[in-house]
Amino acid sequence: MGRRIGFPYMGTSPLALKMILEDLGHEPVVPTRPTKKTLSLGVKFAPEFACLPLKITLGTMIEVLDRGAEVIVTSGGVGPCRAGQYAQIQEAILKRLGYDFKMIVLEPPRKDILGFARHLHFLKGRRSWLTLWNVIKRGYRKIQALDQVEQALHRTRPRELSRGDADRAFTRALTVIDGARSGDEIEEARLQGLALMNAVPQDRDLDPLRIGIVGEIYVVLEPSSNLNIERHLGELGVEVHRSIFLTGWTQDNAIVEGGGHSVKKAAQPYLPEMIGGHGQDSVGHTVIYAQEGMDGVIQLGPFTCIPEIVAKGILPQVSKDWDIPVFSVFLDEQTGEAGLRTRLEAFVDLLARRRAARQNGGDLAV
Amino acid sequence: MGITVGIPRALGYYAYHPIWMAFFDALGIETVVTPPTTKGMLDAGVKDAVMDACVPIKVFHGHVAALKDKVDYIFVPRLVNVEGSSVFCPKFLGLPEMVRFSRNDLPPLIDIRIDLRKGFGEFYRICLRVGRLLNKGVVATTRAYLAAVSGARRLHRLLRSGLTRLEALEVLGNPLANVVGGEASVLLSRRQPYIRPGANSKSPISGGKDLVFALLGYPYAVFDPYISVGLVDKLKGLGVTIVTPPMLHPRLLRQQGRSFSKLLFWLFSDETAKGAYHFINDAMVDGVIHVTAFGCGPDSLTDKLLEMRCADAAMPYLSLMIDEHSGEAGIATRLEAFADMVRRSDTARIRTLTEHQAAAGGE
Repeated sequence: MGRRIGFPYMGTSPLALKMILEDLGHEPVVPTRPTKKTLSLGVKFAPEFACLPLKITLGTMIEVLDRGAEVIVTSGGVGPCRAGQYAQIQEAILKRLGYDFKMIVLEPPRKDILGFARHLHFLKGRRSWLTLWNVIKRGYRKIQALDQVEQALHRTRPRELSRGDADRAFTRALTVIDGARSGDEIEEARLQGLALMNAVPQDRDLDPLRIGIVGEIYVVLEPSSNLNIERHLGELGVEVHRSIFLTGWTQDNAIVEGGGHSVKKAAQPYLPEMIGGHGQDSVGHTVIYAQEGMDGVIQLGPFTCIPEIVAKGILPQVSKDWDIPVFSVFLDEQTGEAGLRTRLEAFVDLLARRRAARQNGGDLAV
Repeated sequence: MGITVGIPRALGYYAYHPIWMAFFDALGIETVVTPPTTKGMLDAGVKDAVMDACVPIKVFHGHVAALKDKVDYIFVPRLVNVEGSSVFCPKFLGLPEMVRFSRNDLPPLIDIRIDLRKGFGEFYRICLRVGRLLNKGVVATTRAYLAAVSGARRLHRLLRSGLTRLEALEVLGNPLANVVGGEASVLLSRRQPYIRPGANSKSPISGGKDLVFALLGYPYAVFDPYISVGLVDKLKGLGVTIVTPPMLHPRLLRQQGRSFSKLLFWLFSDETAKGAYHFINDAMVDGVIHVTAFGCGPDSLTDKLLEMRCADAAMPYLSLMIDEHSGEAGIATRLEAFADMVRRSDTARIRTLTEHQAAAGGE
């Protein structure tokens, strides 16, 4: 018997999770893109000083429970980032609100392989382990396809001739990928999605400003939590390079411990300790982006995020040593989109002047 | 001229200073401990620290700034793990770097990594590393290591005899601690019985006169009188006896682990939560006060857990958030109101109890 299974929302992952659950014979309760209402629900019941990701995911959990989910699948963690503790707190909060459901917390398998296997056994239902393996493999392929199309979106946005074309093409590409099931279909959808992005009328000779985005995974991946920062940057003519994609995260966290060696190595002189979350990665990626000649770096973190606060304390030194402007943005439910847009415009303006000054061989003073 | 090492009176100081002190003393290293936090120190810290940090981190920066021209080294250990599998808050893990990159006129930091998960003898190896850095031989360092170990033992003994961390620091910092008379002996004479597993939990209802509150929160926030705006003294002034989780036997704390579906990752949060559950479950206290710093990451969860637990157990609960703008009057008012509320509800409970007994006796 299939179960009605819901899960929290993050980036493009719902498309892959939906397929995985359907193919295992369950009835997925797919969360919708978080809205103001989702956030208000989360803010109302979450601890006041928990970070934005807890509040948004709590809101989406309430929404899927209201739509009849009996089971919620979510991720765990080994700390010391708070996110590893969220599932338990969220479960306690939701149960106190009177919801009756089963919470499945997928901890990294390297920590508790038996518990992980038990959860998989529940999720696979009556399907065979081989089916499960195949479904997960296809799910991963789908995530890869989604990530690639999203990267194409980042490239296309600053170059599009008519504003909004790239985002419209991206939405179409998502629909195509969403419809793909078998391995071959997913591969075809991937190519079709990339072709859709490529077909957007664009200025191919443009050499846009390039900004690297580092920070905490949820606010980096989820546009509704970062007030569509990537779209704003794209509209300001900036090519966005993102340090985190779903595929990279899955590799680093689910399969092998301590992935991303080069990032950790780059962070070494500034932060030799793994401090949880993406704190060390934020520092390492900033160094790497400087080496790659990016024009600037934006650090995104949720308000009160401990690892990102530590990183923020260290980034000014990285910025000085590598001569790369770094702009830290901490987001919470109070952050306004227009305010952020103004600050982004100022930052982009600064980067454009720096680049112009460099090209003229002069210094910043005009 | 010998080497001097500066120790900021902040963060880890409140939990581990007697151990460090015993080590450096036995090593023949002169140490300079900063005076208690002042407004000037906090202001300096606010300027140096990253804006989003919590007030204890800002205070730490202030203490570092106060030491910078006075010593050869500043002791900023990277506290990672000291017991079990719990780690320190990420801000402790990145503390040496946050300090180092906050200003460029600092003396070298002793940023030794303390991670006792590495197994037996790791504490000794850590001591040897510090000894080598300070040009001390293996023999001298070994002697200092043994002193540190016995310092740790004395500290734990004092804590479990019912002293708060601050009182234990006073006793251990006072050379007359073992002599009759003096402030230290006053503290020692006041101590409560060692809270052992199986000991009778005392009935806290004592006619609304002698309140017992569990005082929860991280030692560096609760026991820094500047950060907590004299909270501990205010409670004593209100006639409240305080109990804190370190007064509990480790086994009692471990037993509470069963109540959690997943233990909190961070050492002080874990201790706080387990201690609180014990005090609440055994009804050893009349109320629970949780002191938390504005923006504290681990506390956003710890506080919610305590709030839910206290609500379930009908235990009066006060969550006191402090930051660099906390005012004395505001805190005093809230504490008084809380104590009054608890006293009144206690009296009400006793009255109901006596009425019940009277009714039962009358039948």
